Amino acid sequence: MIRLEDVHVRLGQREVLRGVTASLTERRVGVVGANGSGKSTLARLINGLVLPSSGTVTVSGLDTRRQAARIRRSVGFLFTDPDAQIVMPTVAEDVAFSLRRKGLAREEVERRVREVLERYGLAEHADHPAHHLSGGQKQLLALCSVLVLEPEILVMDEPTTLLDLRHSRQVAALLRDLPQQVVVVTHDLPLLEDFDRVLVVDEGRIVADADPAAAIGHYRKTMA
Amino acid sequence: MTGLTGAYVPGGSFLHRLPAGAKLAGLALSCTALLLLRSPAALAGAAAVVVLLYAVSGVGVAAAWAQVRPVRWFAVALFCVQLVFADLPAAASSTLRVVLAVALAGLVTLTTRTSALMACLERCLAPVRFAGLDPFRLSLLLSLTLRSVPVMADLVTRVREAQRARGIERSARAFAVPLVVGALRHADALGEALAARGLDD
Ligand SMILES: Nc1ncnc2c1ncn2[C@@H]1O[C@H](COP(=O)(O)OP(=O)(O)O)[C@@H](O)[C@H]1O
Ligand SMILES: [Mg+2]
Repeated sequence: MIRLEDVHVRLGQREVLRGVTASLTERRVGVVGANGSGKSTLARLINGLVLPSSGTVTVSGLDTRRQAARIRRSVGFLFTDPDAQIVMPTVAEDVAFSLRRKGLAREEVERRVREVLERYGLAEHADHPAHHLSGGQKQLLALCSVLVLEPEILVMDEPTTLLDLRHSRQVAALLRDLPQQVVVVTHDLPLLEDFDRVLVVDEGRIVADADPAAAIGHYRKTMA
Repeated sequence: MTGLTGAYVPGGSFLHRLPAGAKLAGLALSCTALLLLRSPAALAGAAAVVVLLYAVSGVGVAAAWAQVRPVRWFAVALFCVQLVFADLPAAASSTLRVVLAVALAGLVTLTTRTSALMACLERCLAPVRFAGLDPFRLSLLLSLTLRSVPVMADLVTRVREAQRARGIERSARAFAVPLVVGALRHADALGEALAARGLDD
């Protein structure tokens, strides 16, 4: 459960979010809005990468201001650019990096890494350098490195923006099957069709909050 | 990209199975030995041993060539200079010495996972704890460097292409500015991703 209460965020001179209040309990929540409207800032608030200038953000009752480290353990975050979030030179090593603080035996780490790579079709690339993967495969690797930790909540900031149609469909299908709560920022409107709830952000405010059809309809009208 | 950047070639050879620490120690010893070998005949013997090690490792000719390729012009230049200032045996020995050392270092990276090197480095660096440093962070720095080389190489390619598309190929500033901005942006994004992955727990 994600709660934002009258959240304002000021970055430099700019008031990027101006009074956002929402309780997110649905399993699939989408966020749409124009470039620069504050979507990424909203997403980053959820795992404490950005802290509110005023107001509060809580995740499962924990305040991001005080317990960011604990919250990050239960909130996985997927960025737009996979190159930035892959930190190890090879595929399996990057997934294993996520597990380094778990205190698991080496065999157990290897087993979990293999399992998640198999699930997302990267098993044959386990020992390949990450930079040999295609853009879509890199995004899948970034996702593997997040999912291997079995987070309760998954936040994604435009996960399909850099992907081709086939890979973005793959990510969409994958989203449908994930058991955890997912918050997705995207410009890929068809991706949100079967979501439970969609927020429309404009100039730092939530201007619509409804089921996908209604919210996307509103968004299209404001963009016209 | 070649060399250090995630060049690991999976395999089950005895070199793959050797612990990273043993390989690094072996590398240090062999390089010292190379410096001590004087006669061209002894160096030819050393070359045979290196070739044999490569054969045993089963990494393939392409991977082997990729290790020494970056120093090929340096080797040629060194050979020519030595030929002018010394004689043929001296030129052959010193060139061979450099190429063999590079090939051996390459063999270590080809047969060792970065994570194994990191773990080894972390153990070797354990004493820095007393100086208030974190060995994990130091070895992470190494991995991030290795990982950033291909990312920066991509960035260079993209900036060059963008320049070419706009017909400003010759401007150094039009190259340097987007490159520096891109590198800084990448550093920012990397920092954020590390935080998201719980580095500062
Ligand atoms: N570190 C920062 N300092 C100043 N302004 C920022 C910073 N980060 C983002 N902004 C500004 O905040 C606004 C919202 O950014 P963002 O949340 O990334 O929007 P979106 O993801 O919807 O495109 C943009 O106008 C952006 O320029
Ligand atoms: Mg954004």
